[in-house]
Amino acid sequence: MSAAADMHEVPQVPTTRASGRWVKAFRTPSGIVGLVLMAVVTVLALLAAAGVGQDPAAQNVSEALQGPSASHWLGTDQFGRDIFARVCSGLANSLRVALVSVTVAAIGGVLLGILAGYYQGILDRVVGVITNVLFAFPSLLLALALAATLRRSWLTVAIAIAVVYLPIFARVARGPVLTLRHAEYVLAATAVGRSRLSTLFEHVLPNILGILVVQITLSLSWAILTEAALSFLGFGTPPPAASLGGMVYAAQSLTSVAPWMLYAPGAALILAVVGLNLLGDGLRAALDPRGANQ
Amino acid sequence: MEGVGLLSAASSLSHRVGAVGRHPVARRAGEAALTLIGVSILTFVLLRVVPGDQITAAYGTAAGDLSPEQLQALEAYYGVNEPLLSQYLGWLGGVLTGNLGVSATSQLSVLSMTAQSLPNTVELAVLAIVIGLGLGVPGGMLAASRPGKARDQISQLTSLIALSVPSFLLAAVVSSWLVNTIGWYPNGEGYRTLSEDPALNLQQMLLPALVLGISIAPPILQTTRAAILTVRSEDYVRTARAKGVSGRRLQVRHILRNALIPVVTMSGLQFGFLLGGALVVEQIFAIPGIGRQVLLGLEQKEYAVVQSTVLVIAVMFVLVNLLTDVIYRLVDPRVRVQ
Repeated sequence: MSAAADMHEVPQVPTTRASGRWVKAFRTPSGIVGLVLMAVVTVLALLAAAGVGQDPAAQNVSEALQGPSASHWLGTDQFGRDIFARVCSGLANSLRVALVSVTVAAIGGVLLGILAGYYQGILDRVVGVITNVLFAFPSLLLALALAATLRRSWLTVAIAIAVVYLPIFARVARGPVLTLRHAEYVLAATAVGRSRLSTLFEHVLPNILGILVVQITLSLSWAILTEAALSFLGFGTPPPAASLGGMVYAAQSLTSVAPWMLYAPGAALILAVVGLNLLGDGLRAALDPRGANQ
Repeated sequence: MEGVGLLSAASSLSHRVGAVGRHPVARRAGEAALTLIGVSILTFVLLRVVPGDQITAAYGTAAGDLSPEQLQALEAYYGVNEPLLSQYLGWLGGVLTGNLGVSATSQLSVLSMTAQSLPNTVELAVLAIVIGLGLGVPGGMLAASRPGKARDQISQLTSLIALSVPSFLLAAVVSSWLVNTIGWYPNGEGYRTLSEDPALNLQQMLLPALVLGISIAPPILQTTRAAILTVRSEDYVRTARAKGVSGRRLQVRHILRNALIPVVTMSGLQFGFLLGGALVVEQIFAIPGIGRQVLLGLEQKEYAVVQSTVLVIAVMFVLVNLLTDVIYRLVDPRVRVQ
């Protein structure tokens, strides 16, 4: 019993070191800037989701297409709706879709990848084929075909994006599992009578956490871009809900009279994606052992 | 259900192919063939579960007024009451013999529509790759020349920002700026193919190719930078230096030539992506390419068009990736030895 307990103490050591590396990630310049950008974006989105500020859907035709002013910080659109409120609400929509899709993709993909890598055999081959098939479509095209197939709502858009990114997580998780399943501490845990499955999740999962976190951050930025592209094409989050891609689409024909309609959602989109990419950069530098040498 | 059976059957098939043809290219080809079977199943299933089947799509709201007998007759006509497996095999048989279906709106066959749209997309993809390489390779060389220094950080930051700007936004900003300030917008006129009017065609292709080129430059830049840094520390470069080779000759013949191998692979991957992923840019600049054919099909609820076109794109994607792999083996003798 005490031997088993000792075995469990061993992985604690790298955990404390790992937490030090987490802090390091936020000390790199890109990590700090990314963190600040994401904090701003998240606060704006949360305020919009909580209903603080102007109503993003309230129309007022007498105030249509006005430039930025004290009452409308980023101006109004063709229906007189406040663009600042719509940008914040659009950010909330982007984050909601990105979080749901990446969570589903990460959990599903990691589960499939770990099981395939650990048990191998027919399961591994079937997962391999499914991964290859999903990779055979350009990602936006697959998301588009899926989103067009399902009934249009923000949730179906999130699911379509999740299916596209699921194979990436399966691949990311499978590789390390192939080497880890022969690692001594995994064999030791099995030897002291732990079931294979609990060994898998207690010892293997923490070891791929670093790669996963980087992958999740980058996937969040891709998911935001994919949702925006789908909404721009008219297959994303349905109106009247505000979506950044849909706002850019609506602004296109009005750029000569109301350029702020294009620049406001565009800037919000870039800030969110740049923020996530910088955050991913900082995390990669701190968590990826190969990145440490550069 | 049928899909899973076919998958595992095909899986054991590819395994046997892999066992017989030990050659890695043969194994990759077997894998690609298996992937294509999966792709055809997914494409088929995806568009058969669309809410509102082909009958509602073809007849619109009038479909609700059909009598049960009429509905049955139509179902028999479209073959939707047959088992899914025989529908799939019938469709696949048609596809393999070049029958990709017919558009109900234009009465054109999908094959002839694709024959018209594909060259436009390929032209756009080639131009975008040229621009992407023109921006990415020098940028990567510049970044790698002083790693960690200002020029490296600036080019890394630029590529991170370029990666973060969605192509549709860049396209919308660039085109609105051109129209509003200098009033030049060649895409406003009807599209002309390269053979019809080369001068106008190239003007119309310029902006979309630039937007796509900018969006694929960052991965090319990163690949070039990483490859140069790796090659620079190779033994043969040190040997060349020791022999007295230096300057441009060392940079170009010993470092760049070897560093370009992964860049070729990355360009191949990007080219495959551009064949299907250019649909947003094609839509904005009204380029009648294969991506726009999918979008138009979705708008008009022409699922036969969407289904076949998506399949064509996926097949090309798989083939381009396979070809990239083969080219990689040809240009890098080390891979062949392994």
